[in-house]
Amino acid sequence: MSKLTSETIMEKSLFIIALFSCLVILLIISFIFIEAFPAIQEYGIAQFLFGNIWAPNEGQFGVFAMIIGSLYVTFIALLMSVPLSLSCAIFMAEVASSKVRKFLKPVIQTLSGIPSVVFGFFGLILLVPFIRSQFGGTGFGILTAAIILSIMILPTIISVSYDSLRAVPQDYKEASLGLGATNWQTIRRVVFPSALPGIITSIILGMGRAVGETLAVLMVIGNVAKIPASILSPARTLTSNIALEMNYAIGIHYNALFATAVVLFIVIISLLIIANHIQRKYSMDIGGGTL
Amino acid sequence: MEKITVEHLNTYFGDAHILKDINFKVAENTVTALIGPSGCGKSTFLRSINRMNDLIPAFKCDGTLLLDDEDVYAPEMDVVDLRRKVGMVFQKPNPFPKSIFENVAYGLRIHGEEDEDFIKQRVEESLKSAAIWDEVKDKLDKSAMGLSGGQQQRLCIARTIANNPEVILMDEPCSALDPISTLKIEDLIHELKKGYTIIIVTHNMQQASRVSDYTSFFLNGEIIESGRTEQIFVSPKEQKTEEYITGRFG
Repeated sequence: MSKLTSETIMEKSLFIIALFSCLVILLIISFIFIEAFPAIQEYGIAQFLFGNIWAPNEGQFGVFAMIIGSLYVTFIALLMSVPLSLSCAIFMAEVASSKVRKFLKPVIQTLSGIPSVVFGFFGLILLVPFIRSQFGGTGFGILTAAIILSIMILPTIISVSYDSLRAVPQDYKEASLGLGATNWQTIRRVVFPSALPGIITSIILGMGRAVGETLAVLMVIGNVAKIPASILSPARTLTSNIALEMNYAIGIHYNALFATAVVLFIVIISLLIIANHIQRKYSMDIGGGTL
Repeated sequence: MEKITVEHLNTYFGDAHILKDINFKVAENTVTALIGPSGCGKSTFLRSINRMNDLIPAFKCDGTLLLDDEDVYAPEMDVVDLRRKVGMVFQKPNPFPKSIFENVAYGLRIHGEEDEDFIKQRVEESLKSAAIWDEVKDKLDKSAMGLSGGQQQRLCIARTIANNPEVILMDEPCSALDPISTLKIEDLIHELKKGYTIIIVTHNMQQASRVSDYTSFFLNGEIIESGRTEQIFVSPKEQKTEEYITGRFG
């Protein structure tokens, strides 16, 4: 066989493999949309999105409470996780000695390797009783789930913002220090603003992870399909709604779960698009605007 | 009046002995050029003066380095204040990714200046002193990253001047610039000499002879010869100096 044909065969086969991967993803997406369609058609899109009652036995499929549940728990998780992870990233990137850094990095990577069921289990055994004894109620609810989620998204936010902090040119730091700025002034006024696009991206990625997380949340949130009255109330997220009911759903109920997945899909894709957009816009002309 | 006095200065990066027994004096309001082949320690020496080498964990030094009569390496030395008094212009223009105005205002802001009128006035004065005001006065709120390399370097000089320093250290300030921008910076150095003491590291012999009053020749971490620039270039005392400036090595 000539060199040329073996090259061509290799190129073509790689192309086919790549195409196949894309095809699988497209198939999954179209399957979700096709299966979701009957529910939306029968129940009505406005009813579905903004309906308050989720009662499959009575033919009620409003996911509004779940949208609120997902957003609520994600928001609280970010509120706790962002300051913590940014402080940690800044410490690792700018303050820690290389020895400390070498110790911290693998620890944080390990955190991202822990399966979500372990986090859920941890929440169930330790956090739920703790919240119950401290604040009353059942202990299952938004707050408990948000705490677990905030720990789960730490490594995402830390590692992405750490990388963008480290990518800030040494020149900027030297210029700032050379003008008599303290280390902290340099971080606050030069390094942090320069790394901001990456930091925002890290937060959005963390948000995507929080919205999509299923099992750990399901184990501690209480799963009541009602709009939560307070931060201690149990709630249900879009993901846990699917996971809880898919075993026995038939007919339109089955389609409504796929419609839930469509909502989830759209939320997460939008987040990814925003993250991509921010990164592209700023990596092309860093500082093209004024900080 | 001596602005900077260095006696028996030795510096080390870890085990490597970089500068060896440096003795050096700079008079106020003069320009001193540091010349020598790459790796001879002239940048290390420059960075010793405003303690930028402190950023490297393995850096050590002994000997004395006096600014006026204050010991730069004394434990009670306030590094922040030192670096305000001893400004630095780097090899590669390094404006912040901020507006032109904010670049120059940066030094004032970090030193706690809050009077916006004063900041405005200082920014304008500094940009004028750095001979870049006419080119940027209509776009002060535009990003500094949009300026040409030569303009960026003059902006960096303006940023340094805004701090009202006593000494300006320049680490090969023209090596990344085209000939016309280089000339502008050299003219600027002549102007700045009236108000500041300047030490400039350069690889360019012509530049050293054009801009400086005094020249020190560095080789392998030692100062081989120091003197008035004409003397160094016209009748060097040391054979090695002569070989270097006539281009026989380096």
